[in-house]
Amino acid sequence: MRMNQVRIATIIAAVLGLTLPGVALAQGQPAEVQPPPPTQPGNDDQLVVDVTGGQRAALPIAVPYMPTPAEAETPAGGTGTLGRQVAEIVAADLRNSGLFTPIGPSGLPNVSYPQVSAPDYGAFSATGAQNLIQGFVQANPDGRLTVGCYVYDVAGQSQLARQGFVVSPRDWRRAAHRCADSIFSRLTGEGGYFDTRIVYVSETGPARRRIKRLAIMDYDGANHRFLTNGQWTVLTPRFAPNQQTITYMTYENERPRVMLYTLDSGQSRPLIQTPNMTFAPRYSPDSRYIIFSMAVNGNTDVYRVAVAGGTPQRLTNSPGIDTGGSYSPDGSRIVFESDRGGSQQLYVMDADGSNQRRISFGGGGYGTPVWSPRGDLIAFTKTGGFRIGVMAPDGSSERILTGGSFAEGPTWAPNGRAVMFTRGASQGQLWYVDVASGATRRVPTPLGGSDPAWSPLRD
Amino acid sequence: MKKTTSLVAIAVALSLTAGCANRRTPDQLPPQPANDSAADDTGSQDGDVSGTPVPGSRGDFLRSVGQYGERILFDFDSYALDAEDRATLDGQAAWLARYPTVRVTIEGHADERGTREYNLALGDRRANAARVYLESRGVSSGRMQVISWGKERPAVAESNEAAWAQNRRAVTVVPE
Repeated sequence: MRMNQVRIATIIAAVLGLTLPGVALAQGQPAEVQPPPPTQPGNDDQLVVDVTGGQRAALPIAVPYMPTPAEAETPAGGTGTLGRQVAEIVAADLRNSGLFTPIGPSGLPNVSYPQVSAPDYGAFSATGAQNLIQGFVQANPDGRLTVGCYVYDVAGQSQLARQGFVVSPRDWRRAAHRCADSIFSRLTGEGGYFDTRIVYVSETGPARRRIKRLAIMDYDGANHRFLTNGQWTVLTPRFAPNQQTITYMTYENERPRVMLYTLDSGQSRPLIQTPNMTFAPRYSPDSRYIIFSMAVNGNTDVYRVAVAGGTPQRLTNSPGIDTGGSYSPDGSRIVFESDRGGSQQLYVMDADGSNQRRISFGGGGYGTPVWSPRGDLIAFTKTGGFRIGVMAPDGSSERILTGGSFAEGPTWAPNGRAVMFTRGASQGQLWYVDVASGATRRVPTPLGGSDPAWSPLRD
Repeated sequence: MKKTTSLVAIAVALSLTAGCANRRTPDQLPPQPANDSAADDTGSQDGDVSGTPVPGSRGDFLRSVGQYGERILFDFDSYALDAEDRATLDGQAAWLARYPTVRVTIEGHADERGTREYNLALGDRRANAARVYLESRGVSSGRMQVISWGKERPAVAESNEAAWAQNRRAVTVVPE
């Protein structure tokens, strides 16, 4: 249960030597326009690629299997096997981003341990790869693992980055995700999002008696586990930015209200004591406050309360439905939805409730606004047709990201590049969409899924 | 016939939930769902309407208000009551006047064509619209509790106009 005790120590320099500081990395990587490659079969064939347009040229990148300096058994398996698995995860992460076309690991030349730091560039230039990822998995005397992760420019025959990750064996997948995050950051200049988790609502059963349980998993669907047993319907979980707690809504004892779940202890408690329904919770960026909605005699408004407790402060007071609040990343503003003007629309206010102003004016309604972690966009559900879209915080530059079937409830990847959402009105699935390209992809879950919430990058 | 099916469904559902009620974080997947066609309306409104129901019981209420008399329907994205709704609620109020110690729960529901959180608020509006009307007909507010289910508990599990019309509802539930 104490999954939050992070055992990962990032060792830059100490294990592998200094990363080359200040070496310009973006140079020499002009992503030439190439026809999109065929979808590669592999360990992510559960994922359905559904490119809806605007795809950018993906960068070919070779990811061979990672050797081990000495075969050793660990609780997670032999280091040789782990090296193969880590390479597969790195390749899958890079492919999931939509920005890379991984080549390998299968079918690529074997890499020996000495070659990890002295690549055989010629062997990989034939693959068409612009970059090469190499690495190793080593068992340390203290029982932990070191995963080395190297980025090379194939044409330039130079090393662009190297980094080592020391983890307990059971966190071996996290080391692979962190390797992929470091590659992503080095080659795109943006933060990654692979070492993250998703909390969501697992769904099963007929619509009239659906069983809904809180569940948590890695962003790629691994390490899945349930947090509640399904006795009571649960909705809309959200991660605290500090990842210590989750807030969600439950119908426990048929009293619909917002709860706080502590990840370390597995214990839940009500956010506030009230006979009224509370719902639609979201944390402030500093994890100290939660904004939520409360329905009082048929009127719903947005409130704010300290996670530590205290008296809720009412932030809206229109006679309409005011709900779905989400903070700007600097905590100074809140976007929410209101039907005060006659239809469901988006509004922005200062964090104290002042300066409320409407920002959405397109046809049809808008709901479930969520501010991007980068601050530049607000994702929303367009209720006419149920599409996911984004707009600037001033309401300009509206763009619809999804087509086709019913979609609602966006949540942002921590780097602001992708949005995960619920697709399907009666039987939910989790999908995500790359904001730049519009490419969508299904996220594998053991059962149906809805209401995803993406965690920040893990510590 | 319908009732027998419903009672079986309730029994199945109860046994399903009972199996995992004591475990906070079970390792296994939940049991396979019961057949949809056997599932019961969540109005939790099954009572014995045959024979002579106990006065003041759920069965008595359902027989008194007649078929569909326990619930009112709404237009899309609306919580306004029309004449038919008021007549239905008048029937409920008359029964409640005869049994002044009975407390009821009014469930508000929405169809699936709204976002989840908005629909929770909309269901609350609908339940309160019924509550306020019943109060105006002499039912004391202390006897009525409201709960919104949003779009979480449709009466009809289909995606068409007829189903949506049945799902936009407020249901008055008398305890067993």
